Amino acid sequence: MTDAAQSSDVLVAYDGTPLKQQLAKTTRRMKFRALLLTMPLVLFIIVSFVLPIGDMLFRSLHNPTGSNVAPNFAEAIQKWDGEDYPSDDIIKIFVEDLATARKNREVGKTVGNLATRVNYEIPGSRSLFTKTARRAGKITEGPYLDALIKIDKKWENKNVWVTLKRVTRDYTLSFYLAATDRKYDENESIVRADELYRIYLPILWKTIWLSALITFLCFIIAYPVAYLLSTLPLRTSNLLMILVLLPFWTSLLVRTSAWIAMLQKEGILNNVFVYLGFIGDEHRIQMIYNATGTVISMVHILLPFMILPLYSVMKTIPPSYMRAAKSMGASNFLAFRRVYFPQTIPGIAAGVLLVFILAIGYYITPALVGGNDGLLISNLIANHIQRTLNWSLGAALGTILLVVVLVLYWIYNKLVGVDNLKFG
Amino acid sequence: MKLTKLLAGSAIGLAMVMSTSAANAAGELTVVSWGGAYTKSQVEAYHKPFIEKTGVKINSEDYNGGIAEIKAQVEAGNVTWDIVDVELSDAIRACDEGLLETIDHSALPAGADGTPATEDFIEGTLYDCAVANIVWSTIFAYDSSKIADGPKTMADFFDTAKFPGKRGLRKGAKVNLEFALMADGVAAKDVYSVLETPEGVDRAFAKLDTIKDDVVWWEAGAQPPQLLADGEVAMTTAYNGRIFNAVAGEGKPFEIVWDGQVWDLDLWVIPKGAKNKETAMDFLKFSTATEQLAAQASWISYGPARKSSAPLVGKYHNQDIDMGPQMPTAPNNLTNAVQNNFEFWADNADQLTERFNAWLAN
Repeated sequence: MTDAAQSSDVLVAYDGTPLKQQLAKTTRRMKFRALLLTMPLVLFIIVSFVLPIGDMLFRSLHNPTGSNVAPNFAEAIQKWDGEDYPSDDIIKIFVEDLATARKNREVGKTVGNLATRVNYEIPGSRSLFTKTARRAGKITEGPYLDALIKIDKKWENKNVWVTLKRVTRDYTLSFYLAATDRKYDENESIVRADELYRIYLPILWKTIWLSALITFLCFIIAYPVAYLLSTLPLRTSNLLMILVLLPFWTSLLVRTSAWIAMLQKEGILNNVFVYLGFIGDEHRIQMIYNATGTVISMVHILLPFMILPLYSVMKTIPPSYMRAAKSMGASNFLAFRRVYFPQTIPGIAAGVLLVFILAIGYYITPALVGGNDGLLISNLIANHIQRTLNWSLGAALGTILLVVVLVLYWIYNKLVGVDNLKFG
Repeated sequence: MKLTKLLAGSAIGLAMVMSTSAANAAGELTVVSWGGAYTKSQVEAYHKPFIEKTGVKINSEDYNGGIAEIKAQVEAGNVTWDIVDVELSDAIRACDEGLLETIDHSALPAGADGTPATEDFIEGTLYDCAVANIVWSTIFAYDSSKIADGPKTMADFFDTAKFPGKRGLRKGAKVNLEFALMADGVAAKDVYSVLETPEGVDRAFAKLDTIKDDVVWWEAGAQPPQLLADGEVAMTTAYNGRIFNAVAGEGKPFEIVWDGQVWDLDLWVIPKGAKNKETAMDFLKFSTATEQLAAQASWISYGPARKSSAPLVGKYHNQDIDMGPQMPTAPNNLTNAVQNNFEFWADNADQLTERFNAWLAN
C-alpha cells in the first residue's frame, strides 16, 4: 500500500531508486568523464604554462642568495639600524659565515654566488668578496671591521653594508628597479640609473613602437590581399591562397635566412640596384642587421596571421550588401566605408591582436637580423637567461613584458571588445 | 593480465636501457670545446692518442662559451659534460660558484724534462678548478692583397682616414675597450689601471665612438676570416689561430698585426658531479702533458701553457711553416701586449656589458 503511494509521488527508475537521484548520478558520471577527457589539456597547461610563469613571477621578486650563503649574518644584519657601521658582533658573524661558505663550496651557497649578487648592485665589488673570503678563515679576533678594512679598503664604504643588508633579505625589488633602469642609492632611496647605462626602458619602448609599426604595415598589406582572396573566383583565389600559406608553412629560420640573402650588402637586392644603376657599387644600402631588416622580415613572417583572419571574415560578407548600398546612391568609397569596412572589423581586430602580441615577444628574427639597433626586449631577456645568468633580472623583464601585453590587451578590449574578435 | 604484461614489458625495456647506458658510461667521455679549427687541433693532438691508449670512446661536442650550460647541468643534478674548455674569467666565476671539481695540481704529470708540473706550467695558468692548455690571443688582421702598405699599430686600426673601410669587432665590451685605450695612446701595461677609473671607461667608449659607424660586429670565431675574405671589412679583430689557419690552410693573403694584442688562456674544467669524472681527470692529465701540448701547436697557432712544450713546437702539420713565431707568446709578438685581466672582467663585465649594449643601441 505504502509502496504504491510512494511510486505514484516520486518517479522511480527501473531498479526502484528515485529517477531524480538516478539522473543526477548519470550526469555526475558524464561530467566526471568530460573532466577526465580535458585532464590532459589541463595538466599540460599547468605544467607547461601556469607553473613556469608562476615560477618566473616568483623568481623576479625572490632571490635567497644572500641568506643561502650567509644564513646567520642574514638574520643578524637586519637588526642594524643603518647608522654608522654594523656592530662588531654582526661583522664577526659575517666573517664566520664567509669562512664556512668557502669551506663547504655547496652549489648555490658559495661566496661566489653572494659576490655575483652584490655585484649586480655595486658593480665592481665581486672580487672584494672572493678576496675577503679567501682570508676570512685567518681572522680570529676583533675588531673585525678593522680586520676587513685591512684586507680591502672598500669595506670602509658604508654602502657595501647597506647593500649587504638589502641583499640578505629574500624578497627584493632590486630586479624590477634594474629592469626599469633604476637603482637604490646609498640612502636606500630609488634613483634613476646613470644615463649611459639606461637600456631596458628605451628598448622596451622601441619594442612596443616597432611592434606597432609592424602591425600597421601588416594591416596595410594584408587588407587588399585578403579582399582579393575573398572576391576572386575560387580557382584563382585557391592558387593565391597557396602563395600565402606556403611561406607560412616554411620554417622560420629558412625565411629569415632568405631575407639575409636578399637584403645583405652583397645580396640580391643590392646587386640588382647596382646593376640597374640606382646606386654606385660603393654606396650599397645597409638594409639588414638593423631595425629596417627586422621590420621587413618580421612583416613578411607575420603577414599570414593578418591575412587569414581578415580573409575568413571577408569571405562571409555577401557581395549583395555593397551592391545594395550603391544602388541606394552611395559612392564606391562611401559604400566601402559605411558598409564593407565595419563588417571586417572583427577580422582586423583579431589580426591586429595576433600580430602585435606575436611581434612584441619575437626573438629569433631580431636575434639574427637585428644587428645593433634592431634588437628587441626578448633578446635582452635571452641574454640574461643564457649568458649573464642573472635569471632574476630576466624574470623581472619577462614579467614587465607580460604586464605590458596584458595592459595593452585590456585597453584593446575596452576599445574593440574581445567579443568582436573573429580569428577564422 | 594485459596490464601486467605491459608492466613487465616496460620493466624489461627499462632495464635494457639502463644496462646499456651503464655499459657505455664505463668507457665514455664527453669533451666540450669551441668547434672549428680549434676542436680539430684538439682531436688530432689529444683525442686520437688518448683513444688509442685507453680505448675510451670520446664524444666531442661544440659550444659557444659561457657557463650557462654548466650551471644548468650542475644545478639540475644531471651533468652530461665531463670536461669543458673554457675562458679564464668563466673558469674563475664557475669555480667561485662551486660548479667545478677542484683539481689537485700535484697529480699533474711532470714535464718531459722532469720539472714538476707546478713549476713547468707558465705562471698564472694553474687554478683551483682549472688547468690551462693553451694561450690564445685577440689580434687584428687585414688582407694584404687589398691594402699594400698595411696598418702597423692599434692606432691604425681606429684611423679610418688613413685606412678607409669597414672594421670588424667582436660584439661585446671585453677586449674592445682595451683596444680602444691602446689606440688612444695608453701603453699596454697601463690599460687596466686606466680602465678601472670611470674616466678611463669614458675614454675607451669615446674612442670606439670614432669608428662606430664603420663597424661590422661579429660573434663567432669563424666569422672574422670570412668577413675579410668576402671583403665586407678592410680589417678585423680576430682570434690569432683562426687567421693563421685561413692563411696556412686556405692560402688567404691575411696579415696579423700583433701590436696591442690581448692574450688570454683556455683551460680545462670538470663540472661538479660529472658522470665520468675519473676518466675526465685522466684525459686532463694526458692532454696537458708536454708532448700533447706541443703536438697541438702543429695544428693551430696557440701557445702551449707548459714551458717544457716550447722547445718541442715544430712546424705546421703539413707545411713548412715554423710555428714558433706564430705563437702569441713569441717574444717578437709580445712587444706591446696585454694579458686579459680576468679579475677586472669578473668584477665589471655585468656593468660594462650593459653600458656597451646601451651604447650600441643608441
